[in-house]
Amino acid sequence: MSRTFFITSSPHVNDGDSIFRIMWSVVGALLPATLWGFYLFGMPAVRVTLITVAAAVISEAVANKMRGRADTTLDGSAVLTGLLLALNLPPSAPWWLCIFGGAAAILLGKQVFGGLGHNPFNPALVARVLLLVSFPAFMTNWAVEAGYLADAVSSATVLGEAKTFLMTPALGALPNVNYLDLFIGFRAGCIGEVSTLLLLAGGAYLYWRRIITIDIPLAFIATVFVVTTAAWGFAPDKYLNPMAHLMTGGLMIGALFMATDMVTSPLNTKGRWIFGFGCGLLTAIIRLWGGYPEGVSFSILLMNACVPLIDRYTKPRKFGFVAPAKGGE
Amino acid sequence: MGKHLFMGGIHPPDEKKRTAQLPVEVAPLPERIFLPVSQHIGAPAKTAVKKGDKVLKGQVVATASGFVSVPIHSSTSGIVKSVGPYHHPMGAKQLAIEIEVDGEDLAAEPMAPIADPLNADPNVIKSRILEAGIVGMGGATFPTHVKLSPPPESPIDAVILNGVECEPFLTADHRLMLERGDDIMCGLKLILNIFGLERGFIGIEKNKPDAIAEMARFATQRGWCDIRGLEVRYPQGAEKQLIHAILGRDVPSGALPMAVGTVVQNVATAVAIWEAVTQGKPLIERVATVTGDGVNEPKNLLIRTGMTLEHLVTQAGGLTDDCQKVIMGGPMMGMAQHTLEVPATKGTSGVLCLPASQVRATGHRDCISCGRCVSACPMGLSPTTIFNLIDKDKVAEADEWSALDCIECGSCSYVCPAWIPLVQYIRYAKGRVMARRRELKG
Repeated sequence: MSRTFFITSSPHVNDGDSIFRIMWSVVGALLPATLWGFYLFGMPAVRVTLITVAAAVISEAVANKMRGRADTTLDGSAVLTGLLLALNLPPSAPWWLCIFGGAAAILLGKQVFGGLGHNPFNPALVARVLLLVSFPAFMTNWAVEAGYLADAVSSATVLGEAKTFLMTPALGALPNVNYLDLFIGFRAGCIGEVSTLLLLAGGAYLYWRRIITIDIPLAFIATVFVVTTAAWGFAPDKYLNPMAHLMTGGLMIGALFMATDMVTSPLNTKGRWIFGFGCGLLTAIIRLWGGYPEGVSFSILLMNACVPLIDRYTKPRKFGFVAPAKGGE
Repeated sequence: MGKHLFMGGIHPPDEKKRTAQLPVEVAPLPERIFLPVSQHIGAPAKTAVKKGDKVLKGQVVATASGFVSVPIHSSTSGIVKSVGPYHHPMGAKQLAIEIEVDGEDLAAEPMAPIADPLNADPNVIKSRILEAGIVGMGGATFPTHVKLSPPPESPIDAVILNGVECEPFLTADHRLMLERGDDIMCGLKLILNIFGLERGFIGIEKNKPDAIAEMARFATQRGWCDIRGLEVRYPQGAEKQLIHAILGRDVPSGALPMAVGTVVQNVATAVAIWEAVTQGKPLIERVATVTGDGVNEPKNLLIRTGMTLEHLVTQAGGLTDDCQKVIMGGPMMGMAQHTLEVPATKGTSGVLCLPASQVRATGHRDCISCGRCVSACPMGLSPTTIFNLIDKDKVAEADEWSALDCIECGSCSYVCPAWIPLVQYIRYAKGRVMARRRELKG
């Protein structure tokens, strides 16, 4: 008659969510943009994506083995890191670049710090920036050899053209952009960053699933919009239209999927507004006045570094808080 | 309606459908009862009977041993079988009086009913509350006479009865409001009289519209109470959150409700007070919900103190074969029990039985800083930060991050996707912080 029961500390119920569900939901939210990339850029994009994801997952397995940790290869986080990196690579990226990037993302971006939860920087962005500064030519080769866009567009991005014109006006002109094409995603760029529409749809799904909050993307995008509008308002012949800023480069994928990474963004909403604002400001500064045409990756990484500080100074106001009396004891 | 929303909180499924419409049934007498001498916060009562003594229902078997202590009464008649360590809901074995029930249920001479109770001297009422062994029946079991005797520097100008019952699954207070509405109302009046107040409040979550309507009916008849329907959000029934919702007053960090002139009592406590005063009846029975998918027939039962969980689940059709967890109290703050031999006490508001499929295995991942615990915390704390600090033995910093303000409501653990038992860690942190503070004091 004596039965034994399971004992744990309270509470005894939970909301059913898990790291596994969160990670795979983000992967799912990225699928429309991924498939669009495959459609636009063809088999090379498929190849880049598969190799990068595989490299990330295998690196995760190897790192777990070496560190003697429980296997986490299927929890979705390695797949997500690999996928995010792939979506931030040009479709022309060679196979070895993908392997190097995927491995660097997991090993240098995450596992050296102690695995998921301990990495201060977004692992996919660590790898992307590593590749960008190490292999700039490969990382900015926008030639499209297959898919819907094969040979159809110039091999320069909107931001690239705008930057060239800004630095050396004699070499070019402000690009003419078709906003509908930008919104739907008919443009050159990294595999997963091109469709504003599908990225917004994915972001909306994550918001609905309560995996991301509105604060970071809104602060990020709004800040970029405000700053670029100001610049464009002063010198419309020199700077790109702010609407083009919103729908080009990696702003959408960065604001919705990279800056919102839970591990590397602040804990509470006040901190997340500051974080999003910082990302937007740095992005706009780099795009308008920096040496690179695009600044999303750099600005998110720089703000990642500020997260511990932001968390410390945005301690939530506790219930029943009474300000200590001023003056001496 | 409740004026103010507290910060944070969660929306767990309320799971109350199983028993909300079931009238309270009287649980039959068992063969044995076990009365722990500690059924309240404070000093355990002092045993007043020995093995072989015959005891009657309502007879004092252990006396109060200090100001923050209450007597224990036998909940039926029988022979004292043993006095010794026995299973206790809090985990470790504690001193308990085992009584072999004779089935006669013979009552001892009751305390004399107090004449004209609604106009009686408050001190008479207060000493009756102590004599009757009444404690807070919402689960905290703090001696009621102490709560009703605040020091003179803390004048009380508001009394709130707690009918929120925000713990999922439990419907004991809900049924009590439907079946004993006028007794609750009269119990409230006695408490108001103690403080010389004209009107009080009853707070009820809006997921119990029938209880709100019923209580509103008596409130209109009696005219000394305002009913406040409150937003359905856990932990709406936590004392500080309830005071915030109804009065817009924030109990300062580290202080008690009396610091903002407020006394909160559970609706069941009000009924116990009314019965003690008008019938001379001590606190030996209460309503408890035996529920969950781990019992065959969930029920609301009128139970006696000292009945074992075994007896209670038997009344509810017995455990299902796959029942894996038995919790005294609700799912958010209740205590998991390792055996059904544990006795119910004055604070037992429910017995929740969960099948294996609803029990999550232990073992957690590292924190991914999602911040959900921060959004969920109704006290405005950062649970993950306290967890990280205490995990690294940083006791002083855990104190700085207000570990002691935690009310252990469980909202943080509930939402944690890494499955970190945050409350457990914070409870540990609180122990360490208090030990450190004592050390610093010398």
